[in-house]
Amino acid sequence: MTRETQTTPAATTRVQRLGPGEVSVDIRTPDLEVNFGPQHPATHGVMRILMRADGELVTGAQPHLGYLHRCAEKIGENVEWLQYLPYTDRYDYLASMNNNLGYSLAVEALLGVEIPRRATLIRIICAELNRIGSHLVAFGTYGLDIGAFTPFLYTFREREWMMALFEKICGARLTYSYIRIGGLFNDAPPGWFEEVGRFCDVFEQKWQEYVDLLLVNQIYVKRTANIGIISREMALDFGLTGPMVRGSGIDWDLRRDMPYMCYDEIWRSGAFKIPVARGEMGALGDCWDRSWVRVMEMIESIKIVRWCLDNMVEGPVIADIPKTLKVPVGEAYVGIENPRGELGHYVVSDGGKVSIRTRVRGPSFCNLAVLEDILPGSLVGDAIAIIGSTDIVVGETDR
Amino acid sequence: MNFFLEGIYQTVGEHLPMWLMMLIAAVTGIAVVLGMVSLIAMFSVWLERKVSGHIQCRYGPMYVGWHGWLQSIADGVKLLLKEDMIPRDADRVLFMLAPGLVLAAILGAFAAYPLTPGIWFGDIDLGVFMIIAFSSMTTIGVVMAGWASNSKWTIYGSMREAAQVVAYEIPLGVSLLVPVMVAGTFNLREASALQADWFGMKWFLFTNPFMLPAFVLFFVAALAETKRAPFDLPEAESELVAGFMTEYSGIRWSFFFMEEYAAMFLMSALGAVFFLGGFESPLTHFAGELFGKELVVLGASGAKELNFAAIPYHLVAAVTLIAKCFFGVFLMMWLRWTLPRVRIDQVMTMGYKYLTPLSLLCVLGAALWEAGKHALFAS
Repeated sequence: MTRETQTTPAATTRVQRLGPGEVSVDIRTPDLEVNFGPQHPATHGVMRILMRADGELVTGAQPHLGYLHRCAEKIGENVEWLQYLPYTDRYDYLASMNNNLGYSLAVEALLGVEIPRRATLIRIICAELNRIGSHLVAFGTYGLDIGAFTPFLYTFREREWMMALFEKICGARLTYSYIRIGGLFNDAPPGWFEEVGRFCDVFEQKWQEYVDLLLVNQIYVKRTANIGIISREMALDFGLTGPMVRGSGIDWDLRRDMPYMCYDEIWRSGAFKIPVARGEMGALGDCWDRSWVRVMEMIESIKIVRWCLDNMVEGPVIADIPKTLKVPVGEAYVGIENPRGELGHYVVSDGGKVSIRTRVRGPSFCNLAVLEDILPGSLVGDAIAIIGSTDIVVGETDR
Repeated sequence: MNFFLEGIYQTVGEHLPMWLMMLIAAVTGIAVVLGMVSLIAMFSVWLERKVSGHIQCRYGPMYVGWHGWLQSIADGVKLLLKEDMIPRDADRVLFMLAPGLVLAAILGAFAAYPLTPGIWFGDIDLGVFMIIAFSSMTTIGVVMAGWASNSKWTIYGSMREAAQVVAYEIPLGVSLLVPVMVAGTFNLREASALQADWFGMKWFLFTNPFMLPAFVLFFVAALAETKRAPFDLPEAESELVAGFMTEYSGIRWSFFFMEEYAAMFLMSALGAVFFLGGFESPLTHFAGELFGKELVVLGASGAKELNFAAIPYHLVAAVTLIAKCFFGVFLMMWLRWTLPRVRIDQVMTMGYKYLTPLSLLCVLGAALWEAGKHALFAS
């Protein structure tokens, strides 16, 4: 079913002779081949989906990648360890903090350095705030895909504050490079933690607004429930991670199941839960479930941030790391829970200043694969909703 | 008699032949319609941007003039100066014809729009039919545009438009039948005059319990008819790039835009006249009492004369109707910036399975109510 896009049947009118003076004519026209992208408002970047459609019905879809390929991994093998950090910002530009974190953790695993606790806590705050920002974009633009323009700007209002917070802490709004190998670029400015606390208070109210305005909106539910269903088996087969797999009812979150930093401590203290879809509005694993998971995760992230603020300690924010880093021989893989799923960094060092192999497991790339199987059979309007619900960032799928 | 013709007749008298006067009156009428549609479109664009801005915690246009009121003019100039692009593989003739047809259809529909109780372009006895017929003619232009553009997205958009209009024409017409039946006329001006009692508050909406559901049905159908959210599937920007307008640019593109806003205004006008009292409001009522209503009166000599004293009344009446129309337009904008878009199968289901039977039920109910009223109180 999925590979059919390459073998479109010829445009013929099939005439079948049934008996004397009786014929059956199949007047179906050949399917329409639509190039969905590379420049299309709903592909969230430069991606092309070759779609075959029988009128409004999608009969086949094949994503074509690579329009945004920037050789990120190869660059990782040509620049010094620290120099690669800004490149990590640029693959999933909505979750740069998490990318920095993933790479730093991988290199730190080789280095074996002890990260100061204050640095760890600020890292978690930043990663979770970034998760909120990323989910805000995912949810807002998903509304945009469905046709609701306004919630998108509401979510961007809160995201703006989140970005202002990051601007205060590191000077950048999108590509932070704040989380460094060994700790952080610098300490948080005075009053920053208080402002994060205020952000959490305001966000909780605004979050309710999104839920009321969009998530439980009848049209939204009708548009997203029971479409793009990813069953449990399918989710496991495709190796989906993050909200995609939790949207299919599988309780899997790296923050709890393969804990890094002090997430296990936070989990044990019961500060946050992991939202797992239950198929409330339709079949389990539909688009609504995935967006529900994202919306719920935002509020859980707020709880994690609160926990970190409450348990903040004084101290240094970076371990004693030399300027030109030489990483001991070895290899390491660290997967972290990026807003989109498991972001894995695999680095190999021969003891030199430059990595000899850098490999990134991008969650968007892995989650994208499922599109080919869930798009056929949906309507064109649903196809947009399904693509939006996978929440891919093309910068990361292509890297 | 057409007021323009009457006016010309009164000023120049019998010095000109009748055909010339009729020609001048027609040209004046067309000029007024054109100006009106452009003004409505310009104001609506500004209003839309302001409404959307304020709904979305923004200001909207602020720099070009006070609160950006000149923005539409600036945009219009920009659109006029833009390069006129026709895709290489497009059907040139149809491509150029389509926006014109769309705009011409909506301009034609405006012929039945009464400016004031005494000034009109054409006092058409089947005014409702005329407006509905002409505004569904725009669909032909849209399908033409979609086909001529030779792009897959435009085909999608125009096919959706055709399907949608066919589905919603029925509930639109049938739900309008309810007030038409109560009024006993298809003429907009006469229907409006029938609602003048109760100090201008005897709107059809308040005279029959089936009017309110009919009004809601009419409004929903009008949204679909004018391709407004949540039924903006023909131009669903996240799905079909820009639907049937994808390949258009510059002034041709703005024709589609003008058509959309003019159609919104006209549909609101139908709703305003047949449900919300048309020209009538307490203000109009008292203006009528104060200044008199007749624009053309019989003078002392027995000849017809223009009665300039009644002009304030006509102004108030015109403004009342326009305000009601823009209230409808505002409602449409409000909905557009609040609701997500429905899916094509949901649009069809809603049109055929719910709106059509419900509007027929409304007609039946209203008819029974009126018949009962007559049986009880007529004698």
